[in-house]
Amino acid sequence: MNFEFSEEQTMIKDSVSRFVREQYDFDTRRGIIESDDGISREFWTMFAELGWLSVPFAEEYGGFGGNVVDIAVVMEEMGKGIMVEPYASTVVVFGGLLSASTNAALKEQVIPSIIEGDCLGSFAYMEPQSRYEMSDVSTTAIATGDGYTLNGVKTVVANGGTANKFVVTARTSGEQFDHSGVSLFLVDATAPGVDVKAYKMMDGQGAATLTLTDVAVDQSQLLNAAGEGMDLIGQVMPQILIGLSAEALGIMATLNTLTVEYSKTRQQFGAPIGSFQVLQHRMVDTFMGCEQTKSMLYRGLCESKSVAEGETDAVALAKTVHALKATVARYGKIIGEEAIQLHGGIGMTDELNIGHYVKRLMMINTSYGDGDFHQKAFNQLSYSA
Amino acid sequence: MVAPVIYTFGSEEQKARFLPGILSSDDWWCQGYSEPGAGSDLAALSTSADYAGDNYIVNGRKIWTTFAQYADWIFCLVRTSKGILRQEGISFLLIDMNTPGITVKPIVTIDGKHSLNEVLFEDVAVPTENLIGEQDKGWTYAKALLAHERTGMAEVADSKRMLEGLKQRATTEINGGKPMIEDPVFQMRMSDIEMELMALEYTELRVFASMAAGGMPGPESSLLKIKGTEISQAIHELQLQLAANYGGALAGDLSSDELGHDFAAEARGKYMYGRAATIYGGSNEVQRNVIAKAVLGL
Repeated sequence: MNFEFSEEQTMIKDSVSRFVREQYDFDTRRGIIESDDGISREFWTMFAELGWLSVPFAEEYGGFGGNVVDIAVVMEEMGKGIMVEPYASTVVVFGGLLSASTNAALKEQVIPSIIEGDCLGSFAYMEPQSRYEMSDVSTTAIATGDGYTLNGVKTVVANGGTANKFVVTARTSGEQFDHSGVSLFLVDATAPGVDVKAYKMMDGQGAATLTLTDVAVDQSQLLNAAGEGMDLIGQVMPQILIGLSAEALGIMATLNTLTVEYSKTRQQFGAPIGSFQVLQHRMVDTFMGCEQTKSMLYRGLCESKSVAEGETDAVALAKTVHALKATVARYGKIIGEEAIQLHGGIGMTDELNIGHYVKRLMMINTSYGDGDFHQKAFNQLSYSA
Repeated sequence: MVAPVIYTFGSEEQKARFLPGILSSDDWWCQGYSEPGAGSDLAALSTSADYAGDNYIVNGRKIWTTFAQYADWIFCLVRTSKGILRQEGISFLLIDMNTPGITVKPIVTIDGKHSLNEVLFEDVAVPTENLIGEQDKGWTYAKALLAHERTGMAEVADSKRMLEGLKQRATTEINGGKPMIEDPVFQMRMSDIEMELMALEYTELRVFASMAAGGMPGPESSLLKIKGTEISQAIHELQLQLAANYGGALAGDLSSDELGHDFAAEARGKYMYGRAATIYGGSNEVQRNVIAKAVLGL
């Protein structure tokens, strides 16, 4: 078994890593968050030029033709810089849904504009009552001759304030909780009847409440067959969960490194606090947690590859990605809390980066289902009769 | 444990003499590391080997020696000289268990069984050709062995098998008319372990991949040991939980049909003896010291 990255993967990893190290320091990040957009358009254009926005897309649309391993490589490095630009939202999630779409015309229209950096995208799926249950959709899409009329409210829409386009879940048939009957529509942020109320999340990223009032959408904007949206989401979900988990891994590793370094310099009782065994063992536990998370991520990557090659069944992969997200939740919480605790008072300050890494980990946890949600899903697949 | 030491540090004669018997399983080996005064602090060992012409004369006591009662050979850490550092002056000797002067005394453990022993050495003559590598350099070989041992202690395959057994058992053990496998709390306990094990399997593969690329197992083997033993203990615990009160029954002449729940006695035994896993091979606390020093640089 070989866990080494390919030459191309190493190149893109180094490229993102160098950017974070040399151009995305903590003060720069703070400045970006405080700017009007909350993201750097200048950097986004640069990402397009560097080819980062093309990573997972097929070559026929101008993409790099990468796979989920390439996504993980990029996301892990971005995590180390807690970058607030909407890469996950636009490229991994929104782009992932479009890539999996069966609507060729739509793909030809939108994917190149993502790659060029002109289109920021977002997936609007959550509703006030739905929590993490993606098929709990009460937004309606009523057929009208050649299209649909959408009505409903979508909450905590990632990157909602800056997205040009949304993929929206809306019900074309069935009851509120039915798996079938959910459809995916591409909706323009400027379409009549679309109201975007943007706000900030505690991790510095943007979000919005999206209210759809009699929004007219042409049927050409359906991502796949009406009513079969959940199947498409299910196809893309491993990539989404793996991408976010890779970002989390980058954050966890960074928190551990910063904490170990700090413990070597912080003097108390006449010695560096890192010389105390009680703290050493806690840092070993967080180190092991990070390694276990990395192993679970690699398991997910290996199984994604073997599912693509038809060697592993999709249920095994689904189990693994649920386990991965639950592992990220478990160790992310421990690592974040230990980082604050071992830093002591300084770890409580807004000025230090530690708390900001922790807050991003917390938001990754609640994105697309928290640890308990995924562990229950894992149980369902593993222990049901 | 001993085979990697022989094939890495042994002489050609030693390889030819000992490796075939290990491979064919004709020769059984036991490990002479721990002593009453040298547990986690292994370098405190005091069993002595005095150089006397063609032989070393060995005196001392080894303890916690698993299956010494069956072993043909014992590999021992012995003190051949007193160095400035305690790690210096230790040598690695291969000793025939039939040599006069060796006494094996059984130690019964909390599972009620005899697998551990004390091994006493009284003027035991060991030919100098049974010395591995150089005299006084045994600590280096001992550490290499420990890294291999710890890698093996991950017991991933064994834990996977046990977990499958546990799931099976949870479909037949009933509580309130429902199989335990449908109990949401029990499900969470099982998946806590299963997910950790899924990750550990890949941690182990990562270690193997780096070994295949030419590396020796290093400090990361401590991680395998810690996580692997914690996981296997956690599975033992759930097996015993499934066994309920039956886990405590020393049923004597009662047939398993009469008592039912015939897995319960084994569950108790595994749980009780399994407590040793976080103690042996360097306690898990010592493993954390190893990682803190060698990996984190603390």
